[in-house]
Amino acid sequence: MQDDSASLLTWLPRLRRYARALVRNLDDADDLVQDTLERALSKTSYWRDVSDMRAWLFSIMHNLHVDCVRKPVLHTVAADETTQEIASLPTQDERLILMDLQTAIDQLPFEYKEVLLLVALEDMSYSDVAKTLSIPLGTVMSRLSRGRERLRTLLEGQPAQPARLKVVK
Amino acid sequence: MKPIPPSATLPVTEAELHAYVDAQLPQERYREIEAYLSARPGEAERVASYKAQKNELRALFNSVLDEPIPTRLQHAAAPRRPWYLERLAAGIAIAAVSAGSAWFLRGTVEADSQRLAATERVIQQASLNNGSLEASNSLTGNTLTGFARRAAVAHVVYSPDIRRPVEVGADQEQQLVAWLSKRLGTEVKPPSLQPIGYELIGGRLLPGDSGPVAQFMYHDKIGQRLTLYVTREAPKITGQSETAFRFGQDGPVNVFYWVDKNFGYAISGGADRPELMRVAKEIYRQLAPT
Repeated sequence: MQDDSASLLTWLPRLRRYARALVRNLDDADDLVQDTLERALSKTSYWRDVSDMRAWLFSIMHNLHVDCVRKPVLHTVAADETTQEIASLPTQDERLILMDLQTAIDQLPFEYKEVLLLVALEDMSYSDVAKTLSIPLGTVMSRLSRGRERLRTLLEGQPAQPARLKVVK
Repeated sequence: MKPIPPSATLPVTEAELHAYVDAQLPQERYREIEAYLSARPGEAERVASYKAQKNELRALFNSVLDEPIPTRLQHAAAPRRPWYLERLAAGIAIAAVSAGSAWFLRGTVEADSQRLAATERVIQQASLNNGSLEASNSLTGNTLTGFARRAAVAHVVYSPDIRRPVEVGADQEQQLVAWLSKRLGTEVKPPSLQPIGYELIGGRLLPGDSGPVAQFMYHDKIGQRLTLYVTREAPKITGQSETAFRFGQDGPVNVFYWVDKNFGYAISGGADRPELMRVAKEIYRQLAPT
């Protein structure tokens, strides 16, 4: 139990990073992390059987996030929270690109976003992503491919679905 | 075996282009993918853009890793009250919290003080919350004060410790005696309780009010533990150089204590009053000059 708690602490920064990328709003992201930790601690009896702690923790977060996405609620912001949205801002030039990326990422369907982020931020193997999200490997690959392409077109300023655009005179 | 000519390589799939970006390709395939891309500038550009995306995503969110973690999340990851406490009665919970805190508050005397103080608070809380505990105290003995109370707290803190109940084990009794005697400034020797069925596990030094105190731990055949607390501070507190045996109780811990030749002694355990009395008498007998 003691060592297990310690190991939850060690996963905390990475759970937060992923959550922040997934839901953007700092308070919502930390709420998601907190719910994940609480869910994980309520299932300590399973821990012995968990062979991959990372996949397990991220899958808990995934399930909670799916519930959240399907049942949207008003998000609340703690009034005394003084923390910034992003702790350290990169230099001016990078910042322009990165802000674009943030906006672009937020426009992706969350199914694509999850795969993309687990691969990019966690460097997860495709099979671990499949395990974490409970989807077949083929689905991981197609979501990754579509997500990356969608993001590319968003970043390069091209319309994601040109076919839908009409020329208005 | 003939080498396979380049033209005979497998067609490159979309999945492989991503695996190339993410370094998840089988080693032997990298060169083939590179050859494929070098012949197709459009595809190469797309792959380069995916690589850039990945790096930019990391650059954007990696700063979160260095942020201070909000306290609410730290608490959620390592709750102060472990789950097993919720299910236990107050008395046993005290023992469990001390065992649970052992892993991070161990090593220094300062840490020991914190641990003892924390447990003392928990015990006080338990007494406040538990009316029947107060009632049973008034029926069966005194509520503990002074060094007897500290002895009870020390018992509760260290006796459930499975991994390291003592600092120096009984197998090094010579060193134990020398070390404790040096630190306490007078000869301190653990009584031998073998004849009455208790084996010495070892001892440790604990912070008292003004100086160190010694704790010896014993167990019987079924693993029930007793601790003997020896302090030089007792006479200063009681103002007496000798007292009669006294009995007191704190939650699940029964304590017999007395002052003799400027030393305070307290024997604590979960055993009942007659059993502790028997042990106390044996200790007193051994300490008395023959």
